[in-house]
Amino acid sequence: MAISVRHVSKSFGTFAAVHDVSVDIPSGTLTALLGPSGGGKSTLLRIIAGLETPDAGTVEIAGTDSTALPPQRRNVGFVFQHYAAFKHMTVARNVAFGLEIRKRPKAETRRRVQELLELVHLEQFADRYPAQLSGGQRQRMALARALAVEPEVLLLDEPFGALDAQVRKELRTWLRRLHDEVHVTTVFVTHDQEEAMEVADEIVVINNGMVEQIGTPDELYEKPANDFVMSFLGPVTRFNGTLVRPHDLELFTTPEPDTARGRVLRVVRLGFEVRVDVTTVGGEVWAQVTRGEAEKLGLEAGDEVFVRAARDAFVVRTAVGV
Amino acid sequence: MLALAYLALLLVLPVGLVLWRTVEHGAGPVWHALTQPNAIHAFRLTVTVAVVAVVCNTIFGVGLAVLLVRHNFPGKRVLNAVVDLPLAVSPVVVGLALILVYGPSGGVGRWLGDHGMRVIFAVPGMVLATIFVSLPLVVREVAPVLEEIGTEQEQAAWTLGASSVQTFRRVTLPAIRWAVAYGVVLTLARALGEYGAVAVVSGRVVGKTQTATLFVEERFQNFDQSAAYAMAFALAVLAVVVLLALNLLRPSEET
Repeated sequence: MAISVRHVSKSFGTFAAVHDVSVDIPSGTLTALLGPSGGGKSTLLRIIAGLETPDAGTVEIAGTDSTALPPQRRNVGFVFQHYAAFKHMTVARNVAFGLEIRKRPKAETRRRVQELLELVHLEQFADRYPAQLSGGQRQRMALARALAVEPEVLLLDEPFGALDAQVRKELRTWLRRLHDEVHVTTVFVTHDQEEAMEVADEIVVINNGMVEQIGTPDELYEKPANDFVMSFLGPVTRFNGTLVRPHDLELFTTPEPDTARGRVLRVVRLGFEVRVDVTTVGGEVWAQVTRGEAEKLGLEAGDEVFVRAARDAFVVRTAVGV
Repeated sequence: MLALAYLALLLVLPVGLVLWRTVEHGAGPVWHALTQPNAIHAFRLTVTVAVVAVVCNTIFGVGLAVLLVRHNFPGKRVLNAVVDLPLAVSPVVVGLALILVYGPSGGVGRWLGDHGMRVIFAVPGMVLATIFVSLPLVVREVAPVLEEIGTEQEQAAWTLGASSVQTFRRVTLPAIRWAVAYGVVLTLARALGEYGAVAVVSGRVVGKTQTATLFVEERFQNFDQSAAYAMAFALAVLAVVVLLALNLLRPSEET
């Protein structure tokens, strides 16, 4: 295991940010800590980095108990949401920082900085200052700086959170490719389920300071442990007292076994997919069907319709308030 | 427009008149007034006291600012208020307070006196008084900048292996250097111009504990107006040079 977190808790005043969390992160993986804002995922990441001290529990990095080690001696790379660029240094000096602290020979440092700048596609910006770079470039610089010291693990705290949607998408694809190239164990924090699903090998869902579920993106999507995970990882609708994915609902114009009778409220065409809102005795429900299916059914607002969950649909009994 | 008139009446006119009065009989009398031994001594003493006060207040001012912004400890709010005290207390009161503690009748003063050190009516007391009145200037320049740059750059430096000292020297200090420079200039200006507190603790011994400002006052009282104006002019020139130096040193693209 690259990182092993055991029964870690951390409170700020009376607020329990992290509560008895245990997570194992295998070497070489790209893991996302996913959850809503204020759920404790950033605190957990900062505890792993040594930037926060846990009230209880232990953190092991690469087999060494690091709980009492200061951040300087944990050999982690950390990337902040707002880049934390050293504003008074050029891009090259930023990247060289960790190597200069370690007193590596000048020639080696220069070569390594050059390699890293090529890796993050910033070689032509070596002599610029961070203020002269775009947000995405700054974050790539921060990544190169963190990678320069060859850390055991790379930790990224909402790395794309401050960027606009287009750059965000580009960078996360790029991060995935970078990870396939560099293979350093990477943990990143995000509140964006799409980002986590697209980039991560494994996702740790964290809510209210506790781990809700750990698994691959497919496992989480198809077999969510509870209603929170299910509704956080994708669209859900409530049908017959259960949560179900809207694309797992089947619509018919005539009664079929196990169907519930309803009436079409609205038909919304969103390109390839069509969203059909239906009122049933049990309440309002929405189904997602393809354009072809919708045309075959020929549904209009006010039509009678029969709804059921597909036989292989994954459903979760709802708790109150979802 | 009103602001300009305000500036003209309060600043430009008086300073301009000092300048005019100084040079109205040519450079000869000015030179003569400024090269007499007492004037030279006063000027030197002022610079010495000011430099010592600036060095002390820069080191401790930056330290205090880091303490107040980056650390939490009981009594922080009290300390924060105490730092501003010299701005609120009249310099004369500061001088009297120093005499109470370090004077011949004060406990600390007597102990120091027994060990052959004289503070009051001597240069150490004048340095203390100047440090006291100019103490908040560096702190109050640096603290808001420290607040603004936040802790992320410092934390990034830690994760890259930099010790606290390395982080301060390579990351924090460069980020606050202009605030420190402004604090230094303000402290220097305050120290060069200090009158009240220094007047009380110096004993005003001509040629011994007489600073430039005390020299101006003493000459003026003795109807030697040309010497008074000449020294006032020299002090003003020094202040302007310091301000200009700061503005010239500062690169234009930085904020």
